Amino acid sequence: MELLRFATAGSVDDGKSTLIGRLLYDSKAIFEDQLEAVERVSVQRGNDYTDLALLTDGLRAEREQGITIDVAYRYFATPARKFIIADTPGHIQYTRNMVTGNSTADLTIVLIDARKGIVEQTRRHAFLASLLRVPHLLICVNKMDLVDYDQGVFDNIREEFTAFASRLDVADMTFIPISALQGDNVVQRSVNMDWYEGSSLLHHLEQVYISSDRNLIDPRLPVQWVVRPQATDWPDYRGYAGRIEGGVFRPGDEVMVLPSGLTTTVAAIDTYDGPVEEAYPPMSVTVRLTEDIDVSRGDLICRPNNRPVVGQDLDAMVCWMTERPLQKGDFFALKHTTRWVRAVVRDVHYRLDVNTLHRDEDATTLGLNDVGRVSFRVTKPLFYDSYRRNRLTGSFILAAEDTNVTAGAGMLLGPD
Amino acid sequence: MESGTGLGAVGQYQLSHLRTIEAQSIHIIREVAAEFERPVLLFSGGKDSVVMLRLAQKAFWPGRIPFPVMHIDTGHNFPEVLEFRDRIVAELEASLLVASVQQSIDAGRSVDEPGPNPSRNRLQTRTLLDAITEYRFDAVFGGARRDEEKARAKERVYSFRDEFGQWEPKNQRPELWSLYNGRHQSGEHIRVFPISDWTELDVWQYVGEEGLDLPTIYYSHRREVFRRDGMLLSKGPFVSATSDEEQFEATVRYRTVGDMTCTGAVESYAATVDDIILEVAASRLTERGATRADDRASEAAMEDRKREGYF
Repeated sequence: MELLRFATAGSVDDGKSTLIGRLLYDSKAIFEDQLEAVERVSVQRGNDYTDLALLTDGLRAEREQGITIDVAYRYFATPARKFIIADTPGHIQYTRNMVTGNSTADLTIVLIDARKGIVEQTRRHAFLASLLRVPHLLICVNKMDLVDYDQGVFDNIREEFTAFASRLDVADMTFIPISALQGDNVVQRSVNMDWYEGSSLLHHLEQVYISSDRNLIDPRLPVQWVVRPQATDWPDYRGYAGRIEGGVFRPGDEVMVLPSGLTTTVAAIDTYDGPVEEAYPPMSVTVRLTEDIDVSRGDLICRPNNRPVVGQDLDAMVCWMTERPLQKGDFFALKHTTRWVRAVVRDVHYRLDVNTLHRDEDATTLGLNDVGRVSFRVTKPLFYDSYRRNRLTGSFILAAEDTNVTAGAGMLLGPD
Repeated sequence: MESGTGLGAVGQYQLSHLRTIEAQSIHIIREVAAEFERPVLLFSGGKDSVVMLRLAQKAFWPGRIPFPVMHIDTGHNFPEVLEFRDRIVAELEASLLVASVQQSIDAGRSVDEPGPNPSRNRLQTRTLLDAITEYRFDAVFGGARRDEEKARAKERVYSFRDEFGQWEPKNQRPELWSLYNGRHQSGEHIRVFPISDWTELDVWQYVGEEGLDLPTIYYSHRREVFRRDGMLLSKGPFVSATSDEEQFEATVRYRTVGDMTCTGAVESYAATVDDIILEVAASRLTERGATRADDRASEAAMEDRKREGYF
């Protein structure tokens, strides 16, 4: 059974909670005690319906204010797949939460109200999913029951969205007409829309092909930890533990270690469960090398004929996540793969309007929830790929040096 | 259900969901060991902490686990669990610290709640925070999962705690990709939850695939119980039935392991891991909803305890 992570974004009235509630309920991931608790609170509040949003709004402040303020993670499984939902609020002041939810997603669901069509929020969701390079976009045109299941409404929305999305970089787009409330095309194919010949939403989630989404081309192993037992039963053992962030490694492969540039070969790839013949993302393994060369945490193991960019001047799309704005000359702590370095902001090139995609070239700062293109200089070279090529070796976070909070997230632009 | 062979590949270059979350957890544990000076792993003897220990073992093999294991001992333990704890820690040659709620009470740091059978669930927080200060731990691994409870569903893998050990749910650090930010000032610490993305079913499937040993109370057995607040409590030195609570023998098992005073049994004939996987898959109640009085205090009981510094 495979794992699929997907993100949803939305606000109170677009049916997102109903949709998630239905997926969870129909896959038996909502339990009776949870449902009873939600029903009890709904009655206390005088609602005449069971408010499924209460299931996901886990914090006191969220329930008091009736809003979602943070990313909630929900879990369900069908016989085909296990699913992790990153459920995020949809308003512009929660852009950073949407960015967070999309950062690990294989797929993003964009919900469109069939009566309203494409609105600002739709464009923002789609843009953020493409910025974070979520491989699959699933556009659900919801509330089809309120437009008499009219194919014309669905087709118009699809056309308009497709035209808009041509300005984005989206690899895979699928459109499904649904009614989350009535259950049309959520789990079962709808009998009310015989003009629609595609899969139901759940069937799509179970079937969408995700194996090729990872980078299996560029071998990358950032070293997390050096395993040296120094015990009598393992006197000379020395292995480099880490998670494979790209490509495939095999025993016998010629490899290069950065920053030293020394080359050697892979002697073995160890795990607690025994040696393996192949290691690929997202495996956590321990690699032994044939020669005793100096390797430590923060180094990167790659192939001599397939190396990442090595550089101290970075150019990135940055999402800003804290109140204090980013501006030229600011210093931050920057984490990329397994290393922390210091970074200074060289320049803010432009700020992007996440609704219109307009570039404001006069911008000199990024405020909370802003997205823009920024260049940095870092104290030590990073070994990176463009985010486009590899989400794991192409991303970084920025932390404030005084308060230590995570202030921003960056996606590296590279030679490709 | 998948077979338990090899690394659980389900296609070319594709791991099973269980091996995917296992690899993610190992990655987190290694990050913490590398970036913090004094991590510690909380161990209750429950199934989640048994999984945590196995993951830690895998992360550093063939090296030993490079941090100690700590039990917050309420003094109200199931005897089977204490016996199990000592055995498993000895097998792993790990170093075990025990922080005792009774000692906190004796030292005047904590006071038992009033009433006939006081739960020490909440008192664990004081003892835990004192131990963190005493040993100067800067990272504390816990086995909490996001599917357990709605406040936990919002908590980060790296959960920042201020100098009072408090969680501030509205002001959490964004957590993107797998780039964890463990930066903190002296006196502050980070709670780390490497199995955040695991569900109860995942844990049981993993117990099965890995052949992990668990305390016997997880499996069906005969026991003297009585019913209180809709839960089956076990008679023991710290908890007993009042005159109007009828005591009877039943075939039960435990879905969670906690303080004997507030952990309920469920009636069950599931005697093996496979039986339990079937039972959990078919269950219509969450494990905490079915068995934990501590979460029933209010709608935000867990959030409130976590704010105070609870696990």
